[in-house]
Amino acid sequence: MKLAASPAVRVGISISIATGLYGISFGALSVTSGLDFWQTMALSLLLFSGGSQFAFIGVVAGGGSGIAAMSAATLLGMRNGIYGMQLNTLLQPRGWRRYAAAQVTIDESTATSTGQTDPAEQQRGFWTAGIGIYVLWNLFTAVGALAGSGLGDPKQWGLDGAAVAAFLALLWPRLKGLEPAAIAVACAVATVIAVPFVPAGVPILIAALVAAVIGWFSHGRSDEGLEPDVDPYEEHHGRKREAGA
Amino acid sequence: MSLWFWLLLACVLAYAWKLMGYFVPASLLQNPRMSRVAGTMTIGLLASLTIVNTVASGQVLAADARLGALAAAAIALALRAPFLVVVIVGAGTAALLRLIGWN
Repeated sequence: MKLAASPAVRVGISISIATGLYGISFGALSVTSGLDFWQTMALSLLLFSGGSQFAFIGVVAGGGSGIAAMSAATLLGMRNGIYGMQLNTLLQPRGWRRYAAAQVTIDESTATSTGQTDPAEQQRGFWTAGIGIYVLWNLFTAVGALAGSGLGDPKQWGLDGAAVAAFLALLWPRLKGLEPAAIAVACAVATVIAVPFVPAGVPILIAALVAAVIGWFSHGRSDEGLEPDVDPYEEHHGRKREAGA
Repeated sequence: MSLWFWLLLACVLAYAWKLMGYFVPASLLQNPRMSRVAGTMTIGLLASLTIVNTVASGQVLAADARLGALAAAAIALALRAPFLVVVIVGAGTAALLRLIGWN
């Protein structure tokens, strides 16, 4: 089978471009939050998980400490462990491939893979999206970081508004139904109440605790909140599973 | 140098989460509570980060141009705009509001 004829590869490439491109906004926001070029690149190359990277720079930008930034990023990364378990069952990578697969285990590569039914297509989808996003995300992070460092006063360009929009855009696709929306509101309220009383960065961790308690005692869907920022199969609603086509 | 330390630790822990998924027994996946906590925590953290970046300046709450950015981004998202467009709309709105004098 020619690779271009594989639906999973086509979906993987388009999701790579869509996701990779917004690495520009990460790169620009990161350098204007006070990280330097190489710290920005280290996050994209090594941490490689959009939500956690934005969380890290978001806490730093708000005057939070390094430990608060690290904690927020780490708590957001927990879902990648859940994806890893799903993908391990699905793809069963062996040897060094397992370590490589782990690094590119993120929302989008998981969604691209699990959206297919044929095992070979699941493999192709995962690796195309995973490697494609990794390469483009890092490339565009560098572009954004270089552009951002020449901007001067970030507020004049509304870059703090860009950060707000970026977080809302990351949250938006996960608000499917009443319960996720209620959790979001509860955590936002908890955050606002906490801001004047605890050091910057800590309100975010309090919100995480509130959310964890809700998750522990609730009986909602077990995949709630585990949606990709960019849905690889959005254009294919109704004929979601293209495998074997 | 201390920011480098926390940054690299965050990178190590992020990879540890990912890798852990590939090495824990599959039976843990049968426990829906784990995925539920991971999911609700993702929603809670992103909601919190959104609001902190909108109304907090350090430990002080402030209503400024960022509120406009939040509203404009929500409208763009409701109109199904792609991620990068939403971010540009947010930046543009905040910049514009500052230009006309609302800080």
